[in-house]
Amino acid sequence: MDQDAGGIVLFVGTIRNQTNGRKVKGLEYEVYRRMAERQIAKLEKEIRKRWPIKSIRLVHREGKLKVGEVSVVVAVSAVHREEAFEAARYAIDRVKESFPIWKRERLRRGRYAWVKGTPIQSYPASDQSISESQTNPREIVRSRTRSLVEA
Amino acid sequence: MIRVKMIYFAQVREAAGTKGEEFSLDKQSTVKTALSKAFEEHPKLRPLEKAIKVALNEEIAQEDAPLQEGDRVALLPPVVGG
Repeated sequence: MDQDAGGIVLFVGTIRNQTNGRKVKGLEYEVYRRMAERQIAKLEKEIRKRWPIKSIRLVHREGKLKVGEVSVVVAVSAVHREEAFEAARYAIDRVKESFPIWKRERLRRGRYAWVKGTPIQSYPASDQSISESQTNPREIVRSRTRSLVEA
Repeated sequence: MIRVKMIYFAQVREAAGTKGEEFSLDKQSTVKTALSKAFEEHPKLRPLEKAIKVALNEEIAQEDAPLQEGDRVALLPPVVGG
């Protein structure tokens, strides 16, 4: 907890029970972990450069999740709320389009359907902007168990 | 010859029927060489060809990127996190 922070914005993504009117029992996430961990470190670093925030943490889960369970968490603390909201919004948008993550829906009668994605965006756009040596990769998920990983 | 590690995810993994494999390629090979071989070995991958992006050692790479011994070549279908 940063004592000079004036607030924390928390985005918590959860598994919903339907898509386009189709009943969904849960989701199964597949993650290219080695790549995603590097990208999380880079994204955290980029956000620290762009907004005067105090802290940022990103956690994304892997494996089978049920309806109502948490799939992703973005937490940002800042002196003022504006930058915290902006940074959190930016982070979750990047996670959706630039991370090597896939998910498939568990439907009725044991059927699965892959959720339609978009071609992965190169992230960051120019690699040189962020020095690899300064990144501090953190794990997104330490195991396939259901536990939510903390910093 | 060089050996590279192919890694498959999601729909690519299902179509290939494996999480990954090792390819032996000519020394002058590029990402495109590895991709072509993957499509040859797994014809079921062909419908996904246009949608696939490649990560070379965990960075998005272009088809003309040269390969070296021990490289990791991951085939990434369209992504959706969150």
